[in-house]
Amino acid sequence: MIAGLFKFHGGIKPDTHKNESANAPIRRALLPERLIVPLRQSARTTARCIVETGQKVLKGERIGAPDEALGTAVHAPTSGTVLGIELHTMAHASGLGTRCVVIEPDGEDRWIERHAFDADKATRDEKLAWLRECGVVGLGGATFPSHIKVGRGTGIDTLILNGAECEPWITCDDRLMRERAESILAGAVILRDLVGATRIIVGVEDNKPEAIAALGQARDGVDADITVTAIPALYPAGGEKQLIRVLTGIEIPHGKLGGDFGVQCFNVGTAHAVHRAFAFGEPLISRVVTLTGNVRTPGNVEALIGTPIAELLEQAQPGKDTNRVLLGGPMMGFELPGGDVPLAKGTNCVIACSPTLFPPPPPEVNCIRCGACAQACPADLQPFELYWFSRARNFGKAQEYHLFDCIECGCCAYVCPSHIRLVDYYRFSKSEIWAREREKAASDAARDRFEFRNERQEREKREKAERLAAKAAATKAKLAEDAAKSAEASAAPSDKPASADDAKRALIAAALERAKQQKAQVEAKNTEDLGPAQAAQVAEADARRQADVAATPGGTAEPPTDSQNEAPENH
Amino acid sequence: MLTSPFVRKPASVQQVMFTVLVALLPAVGLYVWQFGPGIVVNLAIASIAAIAGEAFVLWLRKKPVLTYVSDLSAVVTAWLIALAFPTIIPAWILVLATLLAIVAVKHLYGGLGQNPFNPAMAAYCLMIVAYPSAMSQWPAAGWMDLSTHLHLIAGGSLDAVTGATPLDALRTGLRGDTPVATVLTGEAFGTAGGRGWEWIGLGYIVGGALLLWRRVITWHLPTAFLVALVVISGLFWLGDSARFASPLFHLASGGTLLAAFFIVTDPVSGATTPRGKLLFAAGIAIIAYLIRNFGAYPDGIAFAVLLMNLCVPLIDMKTQPPVFGHKGQ
Repeated sequence: MIAGLFKFHGGIKPDTHKNESANAPIRRALLPERLIVPLRQSARTTARCIVETGQKVLKGERIGAPDEALGTAVHAPTSGTVLGIELHTMAHASGLGTRCVVIEPDGEDRWIERHAFDADKATRDEKLAWLRECGVVGLGGATFPSHIKVGRGTGIDTLILNGAECEPWITCDDRLMRERAESILAGAVILRDLVGATRIIVGVEDNKPEAIAALGQARDGVDADITVTAIPALYPAGGEKQLIRVLTGIEIPHGKLGGDFGVQCFNVGTAHAVHRAFAFGEPLISRVVTLTGNVRTPGNVEALIGTPIAELLEQAQPGKDTNRVLLGGPMMGFELPGGDVPLAKGTNCVIACSPTLFPPPPPEVNCIRCGACAQACPADLQPFELYWFSRARNFGKAQEYHLFDCIECGCCAYVCPSHIRLVDYYRFSKSEIWAREREKAASDAARDRFEFRNERQEREKREKAERLAAKAAATKAKLAEDAAKSAEASAAPSDKPASADDAKRALIAAALERAKQQKAQVEAKNTEDLGPAQAAQVAEADARRQADVAATPGGTAEPPTDSQNEAPENH
Repeated sequence: MLTSPFVRKPASVQQVMFTVLVALLPAVGLYVWQFGPGIVVNLAIASIAAIAGEAFVLWLRKKPVLTYVSDLSAVVTAWLIALAFPTIIPAWILVLATLLAIVAVKHLYGGLGQNPFNPAMAAYCLMIVAYPSAMSQWPAAGWMDLSTHLHLIAGGSLDAVTGATPLDALRTGLRGDTPVATVLTGEAFGTAGGRGWEWIGLGYIVGGALLLWRRVITWHLPTAFLVALVVISGLFWLGDSARFASPLFHLASGGTLLAAFFIVTDPVSGATTPRGKLLFAAGIAIIAYLIRNFGAYPDGIAFAVLLMNLCVPLIDMKTQPPVFGHKGQ
């Protein structure tokens, strides 16, 4: 056991609403009519589509290949036919679209040939490649690719498993820990070896005694240094940095990762997925998701990635007065942005809202600087100051007051007696600052380009001038030499030396000669190397032109001016 | 489309202000017990003036009148004014003070949450400068019936009922070079401070405990205020106990306890960071003590509060607490 627990500042205790969905075992979700599998499954990257419309796929077959370093493979969640590759709104607060492979299940749910990964013989790189191949990403919500998160394999002594699940309503990790504790711990041991840690701590909020008991029991069967620790239920104890703080006392500042401090943190669901990938060769094609809120049969279902969320929620029989659907928890989740949004790897909870369960926000009134937000902030910020600065668009000051240390947990807005939507102000400020930084980067680049161009032109001009000067000097020297030679040769009796005048005259003569040559070149028509027919045409045209010149009163061969353009008033 | 968080604590400005009013009730009750029902009349007059003034300005400013009037913040200001002012102040001064607090000090600066100065204390300062004699007419200790009270606040005079406040008596006594011990035996004084006022002070302590328990205020402000007052009065008292009153006397006299739990704790015009709160409240205590003893006014808390209100932006800026992960840097 570790010596004791640490505290983080602030935090809140909202109604947990866990009982609604925590008591029923995980069910298997019904096979939907269509699966919409997003190719964007890990943070910041989209997989390359490797299937075609009409192609038959098997369950677990690769349909997306990872390209970038952060990329992970995407798999068909069931067997069926690819109907098409389309843009669909993704399960993200932005409501942006992403490329998705639409699959019509054939109902057979037939697996591709799969086998356990032989971890004993594999090198570390091969193991990481396997995680990537199986599409394993963080299931806590951020969907960060696990093969990157395990790091370099050195410098980390503690692996933390996050089973806190501090958001209200969500119980998918709770059920997973109760029902599949062995698998979670087996996955944790694999992850421990990959990160190079020596001990494992599982942090679970103390409002999940059954999960803690199940993990405790499972731990007895594993030969590893595993501690299961009950932590006080205090939102946001499941925030990665807060959990690390509670379990180890380490505070990881903004911009730093756990790995920099010798700890690394994975969600319990991720550990479970890692175990499935290694022990059974199963890619990540489904996850446990909580269906709760204003529904008749709340609970947890194991659903295929790509299941339309609206269809999934139907299985829990939402009430008629459902006015919106939330993805994730009510503290940090977001509203379902559209009807056909598919389940993603990071979607842990679907909440049906009704006006009674989630009353509309009361009107905002002025901030009274009561400081309730500062007392609730787990990042030790002064949220109301950030609010004043954001309102005033004083972004510099907002950054000075550590705007970017805000984790947007929502504690401040939760406690605010003036009902100010504080987090919205921070999101606004952050995106404004990002936009300005991008703009600044772009204008910096443009200025650099412009300055470089000016410099280059200057340099070229200078070089040309130098070149010409050098050439002139050389010519001058040569002519002087020639003149001297000729003078020497011709004027043996005359003792008059070759004067500078002679040299100059020679120079002028040479220049005239050059000019004559150039003129001849310019006048030379591009009529060389012509066939006889073309030569005849040219001759004919020449003759015509001569005739025109003769006929024009001015006697010039200028083309007729465009008088229509010159005198538009006449029309 | 709404954004997270989708749930919120059932808290409101109205609830905060209501708690403050409830916390004032013990002191009001003791006030009535010691001095008669007059204070209740004053509370009512000030409340009506405050609500009327607030509603009028909100209407002028085209703000939602009901939303803001019902937050009770104007009533809190009114009650603090009524409790800080002499009980037998002419009603029109009370009304004028309340209107100034609400209209000028609060709404001209932008209304709820925007005022840099404590409205009740700003009104107190304006009135004591404008009407110094009316502002120093305190009733002598003892019960006063309703009709006498109404007669007095309607502008009637009745010299017999007024008496010097303990702080006044102390100052007058000391000007005549009477030792403190002798002055304190006068009839204005009780066991610890002013007779009758000690009990009301107890009421403020009970109310303050309620505010602390309900987390409307934090311990920083009252503690720093009272500790700083004890320290500075203790230093002077130890230095020359013939000229300076004891810390206990200062704690129990004048507006000390009202200020400790209800005035310096005003969040809008006060410092907000933990260290800032300590500095802010200690500053008020020190300035108030200096004015009490060496200034022209008997009680300097109101001036001290305004002076420290001026320092709040600087104090807050310089006392920002370290944030998560940046501690020890």
